[in-house]
Amino acid sequence: MAAARPANPVFATTRGGSDPRTASDWSQREVLASNGRALIGRAYPRIRGMAREPSWVFFEILLPFLTTSAFVLVYRALQAPEAYVGFVVLGGAMAAFWLNVVWMMASQLYWEKSQGNLELYFAAPMNLMSILLGMALGGLVMSSTRAAAILVVSTLVYNVTFNVEQWGLVVVVFALTLTALYGLGMILASVFLLWGREAFHMTQLVIEPVYFVSGLNFPVGRLGALGAIAIATIPFAVGLDAMRQLVFAGQPYITGTPSPEVEALILAAMTVVFGLLARWMIRRIERMARSRGSLSIRWQ
Amino acid sequence: MDPAASSLPPAISARGVRRVYDAKPEPITALAGVDLEVAPGEFFGLLGPNGAGKTTLIKILTTLLLPTSGEARIFGFDVATDTRRIRRIMNMVAGGEQSGYGILTVREQLWMFSQFYGLRSREGWTRVDQLIDAVGLAEQRLQRVSTLSTGQRQKMNMARGLLNDPWILFLDEPTLGLDVAAARSIRELVLDWKAAVPGRTVLLTTHYMAEADELCERIAIVDHGRILAIGTPDELKRSVQRESIFRLELDHLDGGVAQLARLPGVESAALAADTDAESQRVTVNLVLTDDAALGGVVTALGGTGAQILALRKSEPTLEDVFVELVGRGFGDDEQREAPGDDRDGRVGDERDGDDDAGVPDQEDAESREPLEVR
Repeated sequence: MAAARPANPVFATTRGGSDPRTASDWSQREVLASNGRALIGRAYPRIRGMAREPSWVFFEILLPFLTTSAFVLVYRALQAPEAYVGFVVLGGAMAAFWLNVVWMMASQLYWEKSQGNLELYFAAPMNLMSILLGMALGGLVMSSTRAAAILVVSTLVYNVTFNVEQWGLVVVVFALTLTALYGLGMILASVFLLWGREAFHMTQLVIEPVYFVSGLNFPVGRLGALGAIAIATIPFAVGLDAMRQLVFAGQPYITGTPSPEVEALILAAMTVVFGLLARWMIRRIERMARSRGSLSIRWQ
Repeated sequence: MDPAASSLPPAISARGVRRVYDAKPEPITALAGVDLEVAPGEFFGLLGPNGAGKTTLIKILTTLLLPTSGEARIFGFDVATDTRRIRRIMNMVAGGEQSGYGILTVREQLWMFSQFYGLRSREGWTRVDQLIDAVGLAEQRLQRVSTLSTGQRQKMNMARGLLNDPWILFLDEPTLGLDVAAARSIRELVLDWKAAVPGRTVLLTTHYMAEADELCERIAIVDHGRILAIGTPDELKRSVQRESIFRLELDHLDGGVAQLARLPGVESAALAADTDAESQRVTVNLVLTDDAALGGVVTALGGTGAQILALRKSEPTLEDVFVELVGRGFGDDEQREAPGDDRDGRVGDERDGDDDAGVPDQEDAESREPLEVR
């Protein structure tokens, strides 16, 4: 055994008490504050990463802009009502959030596991919901920037005119759309962690049908019953429809769907349900990880 | 141990801890009933080959895995039910750890983890800067994590493990894959950190004998999910040493080694194979019944006018202890992988397999009684 060594003052600090029993005793306030910090901590790499890797400007603004442009050009060639150009542009902007949820957010825990981070998250003194919420916050900031960029560029290029009558409701619906979307993302993150590659395949399978039934490039009301089902179940569909009704107020082409107020309630209900479900799932995952010894561990 | 620490419950207490993984074609027993007690302030080592059950035990103690049966406590807190309290006072670092985000700088990454451990933002930055300097990463402070060398990365991982000033630090093969200098700096870092506050406890798993010997106050030798022996390194070595072996270098020896062999307490005396026949210098290997017999040898040599140029005692190594206990060396595993292992298949280090891969022969394992060496 090595001889006694002089103390390094940097190492001479203790936290929360002079012995381990005291140090482990956190007040409720400390627990809450700690979870809040963990949330910010997990959001941090997303936000820093966005500033550090400008390639997203090409992949996530210019490429989606091309897709949006294709629909705009088709509508104009068909001499469709000009409102449809606005619908497409808004759909393209909101798709940034949806893509972020179904790809990045959903695969995040799976990636964290393969990276070896998940084990450290489990071993840290925080609620795992902080990690999920942090992931959501980081993704939200990142996607908001992208959505705003797509919206601004497309609006300027295609000369889209908005008509907003209820600004307050626009803000509420937008916020609820994001909370419902990222609530779903938190659930998907757990599902992906459990099912791994099968979940990726499932996502690939459903992504285009979801775009279709959500009315990415046209008013979802045109789909009749199918659109109604989408509005009742897919936050992207209901959020996009509500936003279209609110930012293109008075357009006669958006018919057959509930009012924005009702859709806001649907989004609020989705937020609550998805949030609770995400909490239940992450707790269940932790229990499974501890009992089976598989989820937090790499290559399992 | 610090007197204040003596009033605390054991830093680690394990009673009959078993862990069986569901696997096909049959379940794998990674831990077959571990009993262990580590005092606060102790530097304790788990020494065993790949597949011995070390990592599974560490995962149970760090609340990442539940024991199939038995009970384990950290400073009195149950690993099954008091997870939050345990997580507030412990941390863990594994060899070859690739955690975090390559896009962040060292400083940013450590700050992020400080937030997971509950440090206030500003406090986190301050602590991160202190630890970066303490672990010797000042030049890499603003370097992206993805560009760090293996040794630098492990220093950063160590800094992460110390961010929350844990009372118990679990080190799972922390120097695996590191070069000699990097491994030494990690060992010195851990010793410095532990020495700074009485009561800090370290549990180290390793299959590097010299590392365990250098660092640990006590060592448990683990194999096939069972603890075979516990004691200080000296106690363990003494347990397999049945006689004292000395190597003597003399300027000359009149009368040959036979006269030494006849002395009381000398079992045998023989010229070493590397004795130079042309010079007068003589090297003698002496086997004594115990160390006390050496006095008689020295006196007898003095009487002949021979001068002792060097005297070295040959001691058994921990590897000798392991071979004695297990009947095979560390490299002689014939084991199957267990699902509880996360140490397998990582790229870029010198891992030679996985841990906790053991499939103990149940009958054989249970027939062995742990040897308490005191």
